[in-house]
Amino acid sequence: MTAPKVASMRDAIADLVRDGDTVAIEGFTHLIGFSAGHEIIRQRRRDLTLARLTPDLVYDQMIAGGVASKLIFSWLGNPGVGGLGAIRRRIEGEIRDQPLALEEYSHFGMVGRYTAGAMNLPFFPLRSYFETDLPVANPLIRPVESPYSDERIYAVPPLKPDVAIVHAQRASAAGDTQVWGLLGCQKEVAFAADRVIVVVEELVEDEVVRSDPNRTIIPGLIVDAVVLEPWGAHPSYVQGAYDRDNRFYLDWDPITRDEDAIQAWLEEWVYGVADRAEYMAKLGAERMASLRPSAAAPSGSVDYGAYR
Amino acid sequence: MTVTSDPGFSRSEMMIVAAARALEGQHVCFVGVGLPNIAVNLAQRTVAPSLEMVYEAGVFGARPSRLPLSIGDPTIVTGSTAVVSMLELFGYYLQGGLIDVGFLGAAQIDRFGNINTTVIGDYEHPRTRLPGSGGACEIAINARQVFVIMRQSKRSFVESIDFRTSPGNLGGAEQAERIRREGGWLGRGPSIVVTDLGIYRFDDDGEMRLDSLHPGATLDGVRETIGWEIRVADSLAATPPPSAGELRLVREELDPGGVYTR
Repeated sequence: MTAPKVASMRDAIADLVRDGDTVAIEGFTHLIGFSAGHEIIRQRRRDLTLARLTPDLVYDQMIAGGVASKLIFSWLGNPGVGGLGAIRRRIEGEIRDQPLALEEYSHFGMVGRYTAGAMNLPFFPLRSYFETDLPVANPLIRPVESPYSDERIYAVPPLKPDVAIVHAQRASAAGDTQVWGLLGCQKEVAFAADRVIVVVEELVEDEVVRSDPNRTIIPGLIVDAVVLEPWGAHPSYVQGAYDRDNRFYLDWDPITRDEDAIQAWLEEWVYGVADRAEYMAKLGAERMASLRPSAAAPSGSVDYGAYR
Repeated sequence: MTVTSDPGFSRSEMMIVAAARALEGQHVCFVGVGLPNIAVNLAQRTVAPSLEMVYEAGVFGARPSRLPLSIGDPTIVTGSTAVVSMLELFGYYLQGGLIDVGFLGAAQIDRFGNINTTVIGDYEHPRTRLPGSGGACEIAINARQVFVIMRQSKRSFVESIDFRTSPGNLGGAEQAERIRREGGWLGRGPSIVVTDLGIYRFDDDGEMRLDSLHPGATLDGVRETIGWEIRVADSLAATPPPSAGELRLVREELDPGGVYTR
């Protein structure tokens, strides 16, 4: 067990996220670190490269907040609802004074990039991209020949973010982190990154982690800061804790279509609140209660056994 | 087209029902984002109760109790057979060859079933920026076969797609079969396209062919919404209308808000 790493969100972002960094806030529909994204906007970081499979609302907000100059991604949208207007206006040329460079892959390509980064490999080979325009659009997707046969497949380069921000159900103060439900690339991005911030719904004792070691996806060994921030993934969801706030995703559609509306939203919900606790108080207890699971569905327990 | 009386269902409902029926007899289906989500969930509740639904978010054997809001949702986790990392999902399940059907949506499709979900216009200076590949590119290459569901219009069924995100039958069957064989692709490409007007399959040339017209749709209506001269099967079928049971599941259980059927 290593030393406690518990920090406030404000301090974690101030200490670990720097202008010009490549930052990956991962979480595939699940466990998306919205509160960390908002703190980065509040601290007015600039010129970030944002990496993420599915940019989602959090990157729409961050890019509207002016923190990023480049986006590395594989699927751009408001899942199940529509588009991301702040990002599209910067790509389609409607907003010309804040250009946004793109580096585009497929999902498997992005997963492979984090994996190669985590494993310290020079590339990740995959059976994708054949006969498509993706390697033309992104020359970093390159063909590679097998050293064992005449097969040619494609490769993607490793991605080693300066900072990975991972939301999770729980961690110990030392940063040993446990997740259940959709895992996305939380593990891969953490191992690939230089600095790791874990944001959790619950801080637990070391023995809670040790009672169920199969659930640990990230060891404290690679974690720089642990932030306790319940509801930090809202409006995305946390398995067993709260559901996706679909009303928020639907309400985002008219906001994101209008740059003035999105800036007004940032004023009210990001710059206008000090932290996540204030944001949740503003959202209200009734809304929070409506997002709780309708019933409990606990796992059966397994017996690890004791040995001496 | 003559205006007939209200058939009691919408064109989108017919499309979703026809797409679900196409999964009869299938075992493992990779569920794409958008319309495939509701079609595949309807199939599991009707023609394919033992269908193993695979979601790219990292789920094998999903048994969602409500229609997932997108392809990631806590309901695809609770009660599923397995939750795995996305590396395992794409690596072991898809690239490992375990997917029978990849069910995709599309913004643009051409006569050979090549799909664009990336941009309308030029890539560097797009008129419309679309979501991009997501997992579609590797699904189109590695799933044993691909089903497509999409609304058809002159803008979506085009002579030439603006960007090839997901390969179909490339420039025709002969070329596609050679490249897929020589390249060691597991998938044999698109086999069915279901729209709001009809059902298409691919002929020996690898070209889309209208096989079945939905109730209320006409051949003229189909031709007006396709950017090339569409081939039509000699024995053109009529799609049976949605049953009361299918409509009840779509309207009451899966999409009470009408998100997909509006």
